[in-house]
Parts: sequence; structure tokens; C-alpha cells
Amino acid sequence: MVGVGQQHVSSGTLKNSFDRRSIVIGAVQGGLGVLLAARMAWIGIAQNEKYKLEAESNRVNLTLIPPRRGWILDRNGAPLASNRADFRVDLIPDRLVDADQTVDELGKLLRLTAVDVRDLKDKLETAHGFQPVEVASGLDWERFAAVSVRLPNLPGVVPQRGFSRFYPTGPSVGHLIGYVGAASAEDYQKDRNPLLITPGFKIGKDGLEKQYETKLRGVPGARRVEVTASGKIVRDLETREDAPGSPIKLTINGPLQDYAARRIGLESGAVVVMDCLTGDLLTMASMPSFDPNSFSDGIGRIEWKMLSDDDHVPLRNKVLRGLYPPGSTVKPMVALSFLEAGLDPGESVFCGGGLRVGNRVFHCWNRRGHGTVDMAKGIYQSCDVYFYHFAQRVGMDRIAAMARRLGLGQEFPLPVIGQSYGTVPDPAWKQRKYGKDWAVFDTVNATIGQGYMLVNPLQQAVMAARIASGNALMPRLLFDEKSPQVKSLGISQEHLDLVHAAMSEVVNGRGTAGRAKLPIPDVQMAGKTGTAQVVGLNIGSGKGGRWKHRDHGHFIAFAPADKPRYACAVLAEHGGGSGAAYPIARDVMTFLFDPAKAMDVLTGMETGWGGTPQQRMAAKFRSYESRFGVSAPKPADDAGEVQEQSSEDRAGAPARPVQTAAETPAPEPAASESAVADSAPATITPPDAPQ
Amino acid sequence: MTMSLIPEPIARQPWQVILPLFALVLFGAAVLYSAAGGNLEPWASKHVLRFLVFLGLALAIARIPRDLFKLAAYPGYGALLVLLILVELIGGIGGGSQRWLNLGFMTLQPSELMKPTIVLVLARFYDALPPAMTKSWRSLLPAAGLLGVPALLVMLQPDLGTALAICFGAGVVIFMAGLPLSWFVGAGAAGAVIAPIAFFTLLHDYQRNRVLVFMNPEGDPLGTGYHITQSKIAIGSGGLFGKGFGNGSQSHLDYLPESHTDFVFATMAEEWGLLGGLFVLSIFALILRWGLSVARAAPDRFSGLLAAGMTCTIFFYIAINLMMVMGLAPVVGIPLPFMSHGGSSMMTNMICIGTIMAVDRWNKRGGAGLR
Repeated sequence: MVGVGQQHVSSGTLKNSFDRRSIVIGAVQGGLGVLLAARMAWIGIAQNEKYKLEAESNRVNLTLIPPRRGWILDRNGAPLASNRADFRVDLIPDRLVDADQTVDELGKLLRLTAVDVRDLKDKLETAHGFQPVEVASGLDWERFAAVSVRLPNLPGVVPQRGFSRFYPTGPSVGHLIGYVGAASAEDYQKDRNPLLITPGFKIGKDGLEKQYETKLRGVPGARRVEVTASGKIVRDLETREDAPGSPIKLTINGPLQDYAARRIGLESGAVVVMDCLTGDLLTMASMPSFDPNSFSDGIGRIEWKMLSDDDHVPLRNKVLRGLYPPGSTVKPMVALSFLEAGLDPGESVFCGGGLRVGNRVFHCWNRRGHGTVDMAKGIYQSCDVYFYHFAQRVGMDRIAAMARRLGLGQEFPLPVIGQSYGTVPDPAWKQRKYGKDWAVFDTVNATIGQGYMLVNPLQQAVMAARIASGNALMPRLLFDEKSPQVKSLGISQEHLDLVHAAMSEVVNGRGTAGRAKLPIPDVQMAGKTGTAQVVGLNIGSGKGGRWKHRDHGHFIAFAPADKPRYACAVLAEHGGGSGAAYPIARDVMTFLFDPAKAMDVLTGMETGWGGTPQQRMAAKFRSYESRFGVSAPKPADDAGEVQEQSSEDRAGAPARPVQTAAETPAPEPAASESAVADSAPATITPPDAPQ
Repeated sequence: MTMSLIPEPIARQPWQVILPLFALVLFGAAVLYSAAGGNLEPWASKHVLRFLVFLGLALAIARIPRDLFKLAAYPGYGALLVLLILVELIGGIGGGSQRWLNLGFMTLQPSELMKPTIVLVLARFYDALPPAMTKSWRSLLPAAGLLGVPALLVMLQPDLGTALAICFGAGVVIFMAGLPLSWFVGAGAAGAVIAPIAFFTLLHDYQRNRVLVFMNPEGDPLGTGYHITQSKIAIGSGGLFGKGFGNGSQSHLDYLPESHTDFVFATMAEEWGLLGGLFVLSIFALILRWGLSVARAAPDRFSGLLAAGMTCTIFFYIAINLMMVMGLAPVVGIPLPFMSHGGSSMMTNMICIGTIMAVDRWNKRGGAGLR
């Protein structure tokens, strides 16, 4: 379009060309101006809605406020689990720029130990990007503020004010209540609830916390805040309060639960206390335990090593998941079955230390013999020969029926994660399980609570309460003002009185637990000792030696003996005999009637043990930390795996070999009348050998 | 302006450009005031102050006689080349890229000054070139040399934006000088071939990345594409009337990067909307139209080329910046004239304005052009 002169170019033609081309330039400029205006109108008017929305979603940050968890209360309304306001700091792995540097910086600001920092780095490695990782909670204002002011340099760090779960009595309620923790990746996969990945939100991981998750959780609040590009909060726009979860009230008596747990002391054991009128479970303590307070931020390497090194299995709830041969605690139950079968309680048998059946001799725990033994003496002296003799006459089916009626081998409708219900053997069961006929020695073993017989401490407590009340009490864990309708077991009162008297004699008379007498005037306790062998006498005596080889100690009791109100079962796993169990039962019962007196006894003992369970755990933690430090192995990926998976023993007995012989009963501890308590069998007799 | 009431020295000032400039600078100061969260510091007050200083400079330049311009063209160009090489050497010794010289009392960026200087030196060259040679190679080769050396030096710094600005200003002068159109068509065709090759060989990684991201900003929402995306959000959310003065969340909450320099237009558009944008565009239109009309009215080849080149240098800033801000061009660090905070661009642009004012003076003297 611009025709420059053909051959000759003069300044005139150049001027013409300049003018024309300046029009071109002007047109280009004008055209671009129009283009820019159109572009702006397109973005600003046509797409205004879209960009407005994007600007708004930049500006406004919606954060969920984790709801406060419902409290867990004891029967008197005192909290077993509550919430404590605290300052906490979390990390969102996705938003971290330099993870290592941020963690080190946080370590300095929060004054974390080397182990904490190492644990945190481990957690970050395994965490999924969106899952918040807790750095610390329960911080003081000073440390919290130190992190808050440095936020612009710490991308991915979320400091916040919130609530954390608090268990006032710590390890005492560990197994009963469970604990809470951050939701795992699997939890989030199952339930795509954004609450699950909100920093500071915890879900129930075990026990009642897990069982009542939906009830305890509550409804989250929400906070709309204006944030800068670096995530700094400029101002709050709108806040919706959270709705706290509903509380649940338990039948548990909080102080008693704590007392019982502490009273177990250095033993590995369990205590269950039941109300004989309602079936309310006043205590379900299993020790040693873990401190649920320190579990909520995940399980650190030191804690993990401490728990996994402990042969007293602190992660097993022995009340529900521990199965033990009940030993002689079954004898009152067996006696009731005899009476119902028509046996005259006055009918006696001579105990010379053993009983010959056919060509075999079954020993009594007391090798010197008890002399002439009737039913009452059979119970209070725990004479095995009496039971060997009459059990053969009555037959295993009637004994097993009574055992089941009184609660053994039963699973109860309780809101718990799992119950191992054990075994009450009878001929049909043996045929089903092993394809073998019932033998005489099977009856003999079962009547003294050995052999195939396996129970958990809860069942023993139910048995004690049912014997005490004569009613078909069902254990209850949720508090209800209304007393349940209790049905009678249909056992004649006369029979019950007889057994009650014999059980009272165990404690208050000539029985095997004389030192179990309550130090309270007018209140007598009735009970029954039990010592269950773990290994044959050819391996260990059951009293000393390796802890794993020692006998289990059992005691079931109720009080007052004449008007039963409370029933109790105590287990001292590998305690070396019932002598380890009944003092615990005595003190726990004492606490129900005179807490101050019982507490005095405990405080004295705890100074000897090195403090309360919490203090002992703290001391152990410190020594582990100084000994292993960062070198302790990493804990398992998910805290959930910490819980023992007892699927195989839940169904019944743990795999036990078929039994082919009678088990020699373990000696009972000091009996008040008999001076032979310590007389360990002098010789070891192969049970099969004819004598 | 020709009213006899107004004293002649005041009346003869080019008010048709000074007034729009004042309006634009004050509007820019208002935007900077808001971007600083409602504070005159640190940007707004400095912005106005700088403008006043450089306006004085421009008025001073406007009084320089044409002969002095002609005389200073080659020496000034040579001196700047030396400075550019010096910068390159210091940068090389210092072990990094450097664009400025520290003169003690101020930092001098020679590449900035090269933008108006290249226009001046080429105008001088074509002024001296006999018209008959316009169609021969002798009209192009020396010009290409004059342009090529500084452009290469600036590319090496590396400063792609400034290098492009220098080339653009020079290209306009060469175009206006009346060289055969077929050469430009040919150059355009060659450019279409060379550009992709240069893209993959000459550009630095970060520059290449910017271009790629420009093609697809959503592909890199948190990296370089972030700039474009956030800028579009700012402009788009402003709508017709904007969110109101001081209410721009994109700039105030730091989502918009460089809200007071390169992306100042987005900051403005968020609060003033399309209307504010049209206001800015029309002011620019007034200034550029004035510049071109001065060029067209120029009595001789030198002043015409000078005014047109200076106008297009300003135009280049405006065009690239606005296209970048609206997502029509890749992110290159070029500020918006008279609105962005920053001394060097203000200086360059005011030198261009001052030079056009000088040409305007020569035009008004009319017959004086004959001497």
C-alpha cells in the first residue's frame, strides 16, 4: 500500500511515505487500544462472576472448628474423660516447603527433645499430604506465641487454640475408656469428611471412645477468615460455634476404678467390681496400662519401645481379652451344681492327699490331705479330692450347665470392642473340637478350674455376683437410673446360703484367705481363692522362678457376706498364687466402705513401689529416653495397630493341645487352719503312673 | 491556551500533554496509596515527587536546540555503549548478572537510557542519509549495526524486555524512514522462522518458562502462571465499577504479585473496574495521539523520526505491560508508564516526553526550521 518512488527517491517522497506510515502506526496503536479495552471488558464484565468467585475463594478461608468431644462421666457425674483448653501446633505436609528445616525450626521454638524431633520426622515421612501431623499440644502461651509470630516464615504450620482430651486418672482408665488420636488415612478413605483432616480433630481409637464415636463427636463449628496469600489471618468474618458431643454416663465408680488400678501395683492384673443389685460395673481395671493422655498425639518411639518391651502386656485389656484357667474359684459354682443334683452337703469323703480313680491317682493341692471333708470344708479348705470324688458322680454336663448359668463362657451385651469369652468344656464340646471322647481326667481338671476351662475376669465377677445374689445379673456399663428387671436364677436359697457360709468361712474362719478379712467392723467379706497352674510342676513350682511360669492368682468375693451388695473378681496374672490376688480384693472392698482407710494402705504401698502408676511410667520413660534416645525403633505405622488383635482367642480358647492327663493342682496359699500351706510337693509323680 | 490573559511563557507550554500526564500520575498515586494499605508511604508520595522532578527534566530537554540534539547523538550513543560494556564487565567479575552502575549518588541503568538514545541516533543517521540511498543496502546495514550492538549487550544482561523495547523503538524509526516495505515483510517472515529457534536456544530457562506458562497459565497455578492468573482475577473481579477505592482484596492480601510495579494496572482495575481501565486507556490515547501529531507536523526528517520513535517507545511500554496484565502476553518485567512505581521507567518515559516537547517547540517556531 505504501508505494515508494520507483527509481528516484527524493525527500518529498520520503515525507509522503512518513505521513502514510505514521497513519499505519497510529492505526496499530488505536487498534491495540480497542483490543485491550475489549479484552478488559471480556474479563471484567463477561467473566466477572467467575473471577469474583475466585477472588472470594482466595480471600476467604473456611476452617472447621473441631467439636468438643462429649465427656465420659462416672456414675456420680465426675469426669473420666473431659476436654482441656490448650494451645497446639500442627503441620500440614502438603503445604510444607522445606520439611526438615521447618521441623528443626519448630524444634527450637517449641523446645522439643531430639527424640520428639526424630518422631516428628518419621510421622511426616509416612503421613499423607492432607493429613495434619501434630507437633505439640498443651503448649504454654509463650511457646505458642513464638510460633505464631513466625508464621510467615513457616509455611504449612498451623498453630491454634483448641481443646484436647483429658483423662484425669490417666492409666487407670486406659483400657476402659480407650484413647483418641488423629484420624488415619484409612479412616479418611472410608469417610471423606473434611473434619477428619482438620488439624486438632481426634477420633476414638479404642475402648468406649471408639465405641461411642458418633455420640461423643458432636458437630464441628466453622470459621470464615480473611487470609493473605501467605496464609496469615487478617480478620474473622464469621464464626459458627461447634456443638459439643453428648456426654455418656457410665456405671463406673471413678474413684474406685482409680483405686483398684493403682492397688494392682506392680502385678499384671485385673479387678472387676459389680453391684449385686443392678449388675452395674463399678470398676473394670486392667494393669499395667497406657496413659491415654499421652497417646492422643500418636505414639512415640520411646513409648512404643516401653510398651512392647513389657512382658506384662500393657496393651491387653485383661478384663475382657485375658483368658485364664480360673482355678479353685469355680468350686462354689461346682458345689451349687452338686446341690442341685441332690447331693447332701453333709456327705463327706476322706482326703488323704489324693484320690485313686481306677488305676490313677489324682492329687489334692495339699499332699498331706484334709482328712474328712464335707461340702463346706471342701470350699473353705479348697479340697480338690472332695470335688474329684463327687464330680464323677454328678457328671460334667450338670457342672458345665451351672457354669454357663453363672456366666462362665458367656459373652455379655456390653459396649466394648471385643470380649474373649473362653471355654466351659463338656463332653459334646470336646467331641466337636477334638473329636475325642470325654475322659474322667477331663472332669477332674474342670472341677478345679484347670484343663480346658478358660474364663476372663469379667465372667468371674459375674459369677461372684450371681452366686451372691442368686439373680441372673447382667453386667451394665451405661448408667441408668432405673434398676433393671432382674430374674432369679432359680437356685434354691438354701443352697445359696450354704455356699455363702462356706465362702464367708474362707475369709473369716478356717479358710484359705484368712488375711482377706475386711478391716471394717460389721462388714464381712465372703470369697473364694484360686490358684491356676500355668506350666507343669516338672517345669516350675509355680511360686517362684521365671515370671511367665508362675501360677495365676485369683480371688472372687462379695460383701457384706450376709447381705451381698458388691461382688468382685481379682486376677493377678502369674502372681504366684491366690495370695497375690486376695489382698487386692480386700483393699478394694475396703475402699467401698471406708475410702480413707483403704487409701492409707495404698499410699504406704505406693512409696514402696516408686509412686503412682503415672509416676512410675514417667520414671521409666525417662530412663528409656536416656538409654535409647533416638536409636529406639520407629513405632508401627498406625497407632491403631498398637491394640492387640486377639481374633483367635476371641472365638474361644487359645489353641491348646488336646489334654491327655489330669493336671496337678497348684498349692493354695497359707490356709488359716492348715499349717501346710508352703508344703510344696516333695516328689513329682507322673500322673499316669499307677500307684 | 492562546488567551491573552495568560502570560506567554506559560501559555506556550504543551498543556495538551502535561494535563493528561498530571491526571494519570495522580491517579497512579491514588492506586499506589491504596496498594500501600492507605498510606502515602512508601510509594505514592515518591511517585508524585519523581514525576515533578522528571517533568522539570522534560521541560529542560524541551528547550534544547535541534542542533545540539544532532550534535550529541553519536557521542551520547558511544558513551552509553561504553557504559553497557562496563556493566557487562562488572557483572562478569562480580559473578552474576548486573544491569546498573553505582555512581555513588544514584544507580544508573544504561540500558534504560539506551531506549531513547537508539531512537535519537537512528533519527540522526537517516537524517544524514541521502534520500536516494533509502532503497539500497546502505540505508539498512549501518542502522542494523547501530541497533545490533546495544541490543545484544542488553540481551546478555539478560534483560529481554528492555532489549525488545530498544528493538521496537529502532524498528519504528527504520520503518518511518521509508525503507522498502518488502524488507519489513521479509523481516517479518524471517522472524516467524527465527523466533521458534531463538526460543529454544537463546532464551534462558526462566524466560522460556514464562512464555510456556503464558500459553497455559492454569498448568502452573502456583509458579509463574500464578502472576497471570492472579492478575486476571484482580481485573475480572473488578467488574464495571470496581470494588471501590481501598477495597481490592487481591492486592491488599498479597495475592497479586508486584501490585505496585508491573501489575499496578490490575491493582487499579480491581478497585476502579472497567471504567478506571477505560480512563487510563484514553489518557494514553491522548498522549500517544499528541506524540504522533507532533511527529506528523515536524518540519524536517530528523524531528519527525525523533518524535515518532519516542512516541512508539512509550507505546511499547504501555502495550506490552497491558497485554501481560490481561493475559495476552507472557510475563516480561516491563512497568506501566506513569503509573507503576519505579524511577528508571519514569525517567525514560519523561525523556521521551521531553524530546517530543522539544520537537513540538521546533514545530511552533515554524519558519525557524529553515535555518
